[in-house]
Amino acid sequence: MGRLNRFRLGKDGRREQASLSRRGFLVTSLGAGVMFGFARPSSANQIFPLDRSLPGDGAFEPTIWCSIAPDGEITVNIIRAEMGQHIGTALARIIADEMEADWSKVRINYVDTDPKWGLMVTGGSWSVWMTWDVFRQAGAATRTAMVEEGARLLGTTPDKCTVANSIVSAGGKQISFGDIVAKGHPSHSFTPEEMAKLPLKPASERRLIGNAELKALDIPAKTNGTAIYGIDAKVEGMLYGRPKMPPTRYGSKVRSVDDTEARKIKGYVRYLLIDDPSQVVQGWVVVLAESYSAAIRATDALKVEWTPGETIHTSERDIQDRGRELINNKAGGVYIFNDDGVDQAFGSAHTVMDQEYTCASVLHYQLEPTNALAFEKDGVYEIHAGNQWQSLILPTLAKSLQVPESKVILRSYLLGGGFGRRLNGDYMIPAALASKALGGKPVKLILTRSDDMQFDSFRSPSVQRVRMAFDASDRITAMDYQAAAGWPTGVMAEAFMEKGVDGKPYDQFAIAGGDHWYEVGAFRVRALRNDLAEKTFRPGWLRSVSPGWTSWGVECFLDEVAHRQKKDPAQFRLELLTAQGRNKGQAPDSVGGALRQAAVVRRLMEKVSWGKTNLPKDTAMGLATTAGQERGMPTWIGCVAQVHVDRSTGVVTCQKLTIVVDAGTVVDPDGAKAQTEGAALWGLSMVLFENTEIVNGMPVDRNLNTYTPLRIADTPEMDIEFLPSTEKPMGLGEPGTTVVGPAIGNAIFNAVGVRLRHMPVRPADVLRGLQNG
Amino acid sequence: MTTFRLNGREVTVDVPGDTPLLWVIRDEVGLTGTKFGCGIGMCGACTIHIGGRATRSCVTPVSAAEGADITTIEGIDPEGNHPVQQAWREIQVPQCGYCQSGQIMQAVSLLKDYPSPTDEEIDAVMAGSLCRCMTYIRIREAIKKAAATARGDASNG
Repeated sequence: MGRLNRFRLGKDGRREQASLSRRGFLVTSLGAGVMFGFARPSSANQIFPLDRSLPGDGAFEPTIWCSIAPDGEITVNIIRAEMGQHIGTALARIIADEMEADWSKVRINYVDTDPKWGLMVTGGSWSVWMTWDVFRQAGAATRTAMVEEGARLLGTTPDKCTVANSIVSAGGKQISFGDIVAKGHPSHSFTPEEMAKLPLKPASERRLIGNAELKALDIPAKTNGTAIYGIDAKVEGMLYGRPKMPPTRYGSKVRSVDDTEARKIKGYVRYLLIDDPSQVVQGWVVVLAESYSAAIRATDALKVEWTPGETIHTSERDIQDRGRELINNKAGGVYIFNDDGVDQAFGSAHTVMDQEYTCASVLHYQLEPTNALAFEKDGVYEIHAGNQWQSLILPTLAKSLQVPESKVILRSYLLGGGFGRRLNGDYMIPAALASKALGGKPVKLILTRSDDMQFDSFRSPSVQRVRMAFDASDRITAMDYQAAAGWPTGVMAEAFMEKGVDGKPYDQFAIAGGDHWYEVGAFRVRALRNDLAEKTFRPGWLRSVSPGWTSWGVECFLDEVAHRQKKDPAQFRLELLTAQGRNKGQAPDSVGGALRQAAVVRRLMEKVSWGKTNLPKDTAMGLATTAGQERGMPTWIGCVAQVHVDRSTGVVTCQKLTIVVDAGTVVDPDGAKAQTEGAALWGLSMVLFENTEIVNGMPVDRNLNTYTPLRIADTPEMDIEFLPSTEKPMGLGEPGTTVVGPAIGNAIFNAVGVRLRHMPVRPADVLRGLQNG
Repeated sequence: MTTFRLNGREVTVDVPGDTPLLWVIRDEVGLTGTKFGCGIGMCGACTIHIGGRATRSCVTPVSAAEGADITTIEGIDPEGNHPVQQAWREIQVPQCGYCQSGQIMQAVSLLKDYPSPTDEEIDAVMAGSLCRCMTYIRIREAIKKAAATARGDASNG
């Protein structure tokens, strides 16, 4: 374990000692790579491209975000998790573009936890949006420092210099960034206030932002087996652990443990009862063994009896009924909008439309099961794991371990899928506690798939009630939107909840999307917190959070209204997207407001020749549009899905998805497309292929034998277009998910006249609809 | 004791015969490019080649590998430049990348059987490989590109 000394901070406390290899020790046998394939570089594995290492002494660090070494290598520090979005590459483009860096010299460094980084979270499709200003400012600061010192070395003044491709030029002479650092003494560092005042490049002079030719720096390692994920982290002498899962998420108490049979498994070491002071992990028994395969078997062989928690008989239906009960009670809940006149409008309405939409529980099934490696060294607990919200779980880990937060450090790894599962770092707790019970010895805890699905922090089932009031001339006078679900932010990150118009906190990730940008007269949005859901499981953030299910209610409902009014559903939406009042938008995030959503819909109609095609029988298009994730960060998006419905089997086949997006400036065009492809297919998967159901307090599905996400053969043709824009960049990891479900639901109605109000759509539901129709 | 060839080298391990080959490769040998996903042979993340055939290592006992010739993602090309790997990089297929070792191993095997695969053949053979990031469109495209490269190489001698 002596090699762990490598983790010491550098003298200035700001940079880790760089000349030492940081994670070379993680390979069981250093020779293995050489022997069995090609060599894994001994450099740190969370730096990309893989053949680079951290800068040595003498690097210039104008801000905490980047450094330039005497050899010209530029290291950009990334505090976001890499889980498939190639976020390091996207963010590095922003800083490198502004500093006029030579892209071939840029490497990205995924950092470990340190208070200096501030909020470490990767979710909500926020990363580019959150980093845009600070990285452009940091890039400008670096450029300014290089020009100042470059000018001095060239014997001139900064105003006479130009800078491009890591080279400062003046009067026919030039000097590279590397030489400026090697030969000069750049020392100008910048406070955030100074950085904010620096001039930034105009959009027309960007070379890396929006450049479609650049490749993602993390991809090569993901094609040859050298990429290191949390599950690959190893240290000498570690034990492997696997949990024996209790029958309920909360409240199960171990009555007895019998390891007679487990002891017959070669490699079995012992079991541990996990007592978690934070109460996040309850009723766990962890089995330790010398190998993971032994841990799997010994856990199977271990006999544990529990007194189960009170939710042992709770079902999905109980939770949905509780949601309905909350919605039907006028008291309670939080108002996000509550315009004057809603009750009067409904009271005096000529007609009222009132519909309920429901969405089933959905599991993350991120392909790398949750896992963590934990050990204690010199009084500090190190947790090695992939994670999306280090700032959230670190204080909880400190509470579980009963040590100060300064005694816990999280090491960053690639994530074998995030999708929101790893925003909740609860899986690190039992690894840390097992290590603590063994006096700090390293423990590698891996959940098998079945364990992982039982412990999932999944998407809560939800109930939406949507009402609209119309006057005698069928004009919309009011809308009342209510949704009930478990609140992930309420359970796990209460301080992050927003406040409603009534001043009460609510989980924006369990209602966003209900607060749409349409003109609907007096508008009320009420969020209800499903307490039975939260007692039964730990509700999670799952790709596209609430907009992934509120859109099902809002966009299917609007289609129903359009059909009732005998209007074209696309045209009907355009009539409502007029950017009045709160829907005008504001700088810098929502300039143009609902008019940008309308522009997306118009382009979509043009692309698919909306209303002008002659499709075969039982085949039709359906449209849906949203503002992406949150009103404060709108990604305007629309989708037309073309489906065929088989009347004999009820099977719905999605033939094509056409998507138009206005996400403001697109930093990484190919990455943006990849994210939208994946997000849209998540949407398709959740509406036609996957869902679960809570039975006896737990999700009933435990593996791919019954849980059936979309596969390659189910993938339709896709056409994705980004509208050109130089506005501030918004998020792209999730918006694609929001539009597909309702577009499919609306297309099914257009194809065969069956309106489905429960997601997912199952063939049996379609058949029932056809029979009743 | 079980002896087999792994990426061209002879390996002998002393583990119970019913230990899944996946854990032998990852934990005993220390090659971690092969991944654990479902543990029941249904996601494809653990795909390796045994005797040149794509095999799910999570449901293959090490005893079945006695004397076998095994290749993992680390061993399909000494420089990591198999036409499938090149195509994967050119098309920018991987997102999180966790399934991609398995996808690549399955695709390499597919191209042996179908040098010019149709969409239907790709869908049929790749159906067992789950990509949770859903990079499927690019997987199809990259397989076709790799097939073209491989055919080109062959005709150019």
